Amino acid sequence: MSLTDYGFYILCATAIVLLATQAFTNPKDFFQVTIFGLADGAIYALVALGYTMVYGIIELINFAHGDVFTLGAYIGAAILAFFAGANEGSFVVVNVIALLLVFPIVMLIMGGINITIERIAYRPLRNAPRLAPLITAIGMSFVLEGIMFMWHGAPTVHFPDLLPHGPGFQTTIGGVFFGFKDVFVVVAAAILVSLLAVFINGSKLGKAMRATAQDRDAAQLMGIDINRTIAATFFIGAVLAGAGGMIWGLYFNTIYYNLGFRTGLVAFTAAVFGGIGNIPGAAIGGLIIGLVAAYSDGYIGSKWTEVVIFGILIGVLVFRPTGLLGMRVPEK
Amino acid sequence: MSQAPTENVLELTNLTKRFGGLVAVDDVSLHIKRGEVFALIGPNGAGKTTLFNNVTGLFQPTSGTVVFDGRNITGSKPHEVARLGIARTFQNIRLFDYMTCVDNVRVGRHVRMRAKVWDSLFKLPRERREEVRVTEEAMDLLKFVGIQRQAHQYARNLPYGQQRRLEIARALATEPKLLLLDEPAAGFTPQEKVELMALVKKILARGITVFLIEHDMKVVMGISERIVVLDHGEKIAEGPPDEVRKDPRVIEAYLGKSA
Amino acid sequence: MSTRPAGKRRSLLPPIRFRERMRDRDTAIYGVLIIIALIFPLATIFATDSTFLVSQAGHAGTFVLLAIGLNVVVGFAGLLDLGYAAFFAIGAYTYALFASAQLQASPAHHAYHLPFWLMMFVALFVAAAFGAVLGFPTLRLRGDYLAIVTLGFGEIVPQLFFNFDQWTGGINAIGGIDQPSLPAWITGPWAGANGIAILQNFTCKPFWASSAAPCYSFSFDPIAYYVLVLILIVAAVILVTNLHRSRLGRAWMAIREDEVAAAAMGINTVTTKLLAFAIGASFSGFAGAYYGASFGLVSPDQFYFVVSITVLVMVVLGGMGNITGVIVGAIIIYFVLNSLLPSLPSTVESFASNIGLGFLNDRNGDWPGLAGETQRLQFLLYGLILVLMMLLRPQGIFPSRVREQELKHAAVQEEEAVVEMTHA
Repeated sequence: MSLTDYGFYILCATAIVLLATQAFTNPKDFFQVTIFGLADGAIYALVALGYTMVYGIIELINFAHGDVFTLGAYIGAAILAFFAGANEGSFVVVNVIALLLVFPIVMLIMGGINITIERIAYRPLRNAPRLAPLITAIGMSFVLEGIMFMWHGAPTVHFPDLLPHGPGFQTTIGGVFFGFKDVFVVVAAAILVSLLAVFINGSKLGKAMRATAQDRDAAQLMGIDINRTIAATFFIGAVLAGAGGMIWGLYFNTIYYNLGFRTGLVAFTAAVFGGIGNIPGAAIGGLIIGLVAAYSDGYIGSKWTEVVIFGILIGVLVFRPTGLLGMRVPEK
Repeated sequence: MSQAPTENVLELTNLTKRFGGLVAVDDVSLHIKRGEVFALIGPNGAGKTTLFNNVTGLFQPTSGTVVFDGRNITGSKPHEVARLGIARTFQNIRLFDYMTCVDNVRVGRHVRMRAKVWDSLFKLPRERREEVRVTEEAMDLLKFVGIQRQAHQYARNLPYGQQRRLEIARALATEPKLLLLDEPAAGFTPQEKVELMALVKKILARGITVFLIEHDMKVVMGISERIVVLDHGEKIAEGPPDEVRKDPRVIEAYLGKSA
Repeated sequence: MSTRPAGKRRSLLPPIRFRERMRDRDTAIYGVLIIIALIFPLATIFATDSTFLVSQAGHAGTFVLLAIGLNVVVGFAGLLDLGYAAFFAIGAYTYALFASAQLQASPAHHAYHLPFWLMMFVALFVAAAFGAVLGFPTLRLRGDYLAIVTLGFGEIVPQLFFNFDQWTGGINAIGGIDQPSLPAWITGPWAGANGIAILQNFTCKPFWASSAAPCYSFSFDPIAYYVLVLILIVAAVILVTNLHRSRLGRAWMAIREDEVAAAAMGINTVTTKLLAFAIGASFSGFAGAYYGASFGLVSPDQFYFVVSITVLVMVVLGGMGNITGVIVGAIIIYFVLNSLLPSLPSTVESFASNIGLGFLNDRNGDWPGLAGETQRLQFLLYGLILVLMMLLRPQGIFPSRVREQELKHAAVQEEEAVVEMTHA
């Protein structure tokens, strides 16, 4: 154990002690904040997975990923507008069918869009200096934000409120409020992450992805089609981000064109927190960052949340550069 | 610092390096006398480059000590080791590809230069004088290894053999007392090997001790005074070329018979 | 080639045509830039009868300074800094806090009015110090982590200026920032009533003096600021060029090319990278002080991520590592962002009326009118420009020769670092 490890543990312990104090003195508020945090964190986790997978395989900080997430929400809102109409906020069969149909559609569309982005903006620059794809990623981020801006302008956009809420779909346990929405977000994210885990560990493509992330040249020599594997990574990342965008929309019912910028940075922090390139790490990192953001909003003040999150980002990199679950890699 | 020069330039005592469960260098002790050519040989994966990396500070030894010129340098940083007077080349040439040859060598002079940030920012006279001097020294070194005509080409544009020479010139620029050459003859034609052996002799004549890893037995037998053989991280033989050549353990290691 | 006369030592050097060509191109670009810089104010004032364009050029100069500074970090030393605007903010706030009435209302209850010429250097050192403090723990980490840490730092700093509103005014910004002034005894074309009269007659009270003395204040005169920023840029170019061709500059490039080999040659990689980081930050601090003075107002939202990215884009598009390229890149990107894109809506509108499609200009239901739609297009266009530029010319407009070659060979050498072990 090095000095930095101690620093890391001391920081974590301090945070836990402070939160535990809150949990004892005012459990009702504490658990309420925790629920908000878990719901947020589940969404961050979905977005963080895309960052971590892409970074793991081509070492690119994909700045456009946050905007892929937002675009997923925009496209979802547009398609849902055909279905729902007057059924907002209640439990009707139409809503269920609409969601069951629209989720896969949006996920596939986003996957397709992300593959296109990779093909156009990143693949030609794979052997260029590392800054070149980074700049095109930023450019693609502006392009996506620009498309959404042209589509609906700067004002916020309403996302159809298709999840049931109100009496009958909520409960209070010990003064802590639970809604169906909160449960839905966490369960939906958990299902998606589990599916991803099964895919990565079980399928041939998943194995190819892991191999390519380890050593691209060696994977190529073993007959793995690198282009196809990288495209698949972008596809899966965007599928999760698109689903994340839908879930965000259903949960908050408000979206805006540059939503992805901040969400993306926070999700990226989550990916770093969990150890960039590490898939379970990104999921757990997302949850933790969601909780941290919620506690910060609740106990410190929302204007400090950004400082807290990025402070954690810097702290983690300084004290534990491999992240929470990251493996010790030799430093370059 | 004018201590009497020790007889041994480098002494390794019970040096061990582990990577997880793998023991790359296993309890190796050896000493290199001032002014000799000392060779480290052994089959692939024997831990030769790992041993170099432990000496030059790229790795921290798991246990054991490295004593250079009477000073314990175990665990020193690479740049500290270079400053003390150990220079090296790399097995898979590591030049500064997009810098000119003369700049590569001038980087080697870095550690012997005095210019501080302020001198450079304002191009003070002493900085200018130092730059002129260092450029001349760099040109001399390029001439010493025989590639002065390529001085202003990018390092990556040189043919392979000249890149190896440039790497040696760059290492010599740090004014080492001990020069570590990691497979300097790899991929060389017989003619180039002869030239390399002549170059090593010239380096020796400058009073620099040479410690080399080499696979080519002709080169090793031709220039080195003593040889250490490493197999699976362990030292299995040590002595003058003729003795080592006849050692049954060495023959066994090279013929691949596992005990 | 056995012996040579001592006096003819240099003649042994091989032909240096390559170097000469490189210098020639740079000299030509510098020459053109200087001529344009001198003609620009005269021409625009003559043509438009206003100094608006000159003040724009002064503002562009800030970005040129920033790009020159970031180039030290990114282009020379190969470190990726995604939070460069943070140091810019630190420089600007350092000047704004100590050269305005701001601290009167703060818990300090005392307004400081320190002179610009002093604060410019204070801002420089403050920014460099922050660069060193941030760099010290992070520069020993892998390269990408530095990018991420700087990104986080870049997000935090403006937020802190925003949050500590007791001191910084937060969202209300710091206004009424002091103007630089020159003592009256410095005479020149600006001084006389019959001269160009760039500066107005003024009295100033230097912070050390007990009574006011005559002086010339810049008082937002665009030409004065234009001249000042030109001087700053020239100084910056000279200093950075000196560094580039020095022991330190070579050490930076060596680290950029191969960190392990650089360390083996005796370069202390941590302190050398730290120097690049701090020197880069100091330029930003310097530019920040100038920006605070010339704009007269400093607020947190002037220093968000977009600024860091814009400067990075200037460096990369101009041609990393090459000072002339970076200057040209900064000017082009500034022009695109602040002149070309904003003027697009009206241009398109008048073009539409001219070719008989004037009906497109009217608002109609969801259609915000052609101008409005073009307005909305700006974001998209900027993004497209970035992507296309990178795809068509990834080495930048004027790449350093180094980068150009790198792309021609296109063989990316994977950093093998410690994995040498596997070959051993």
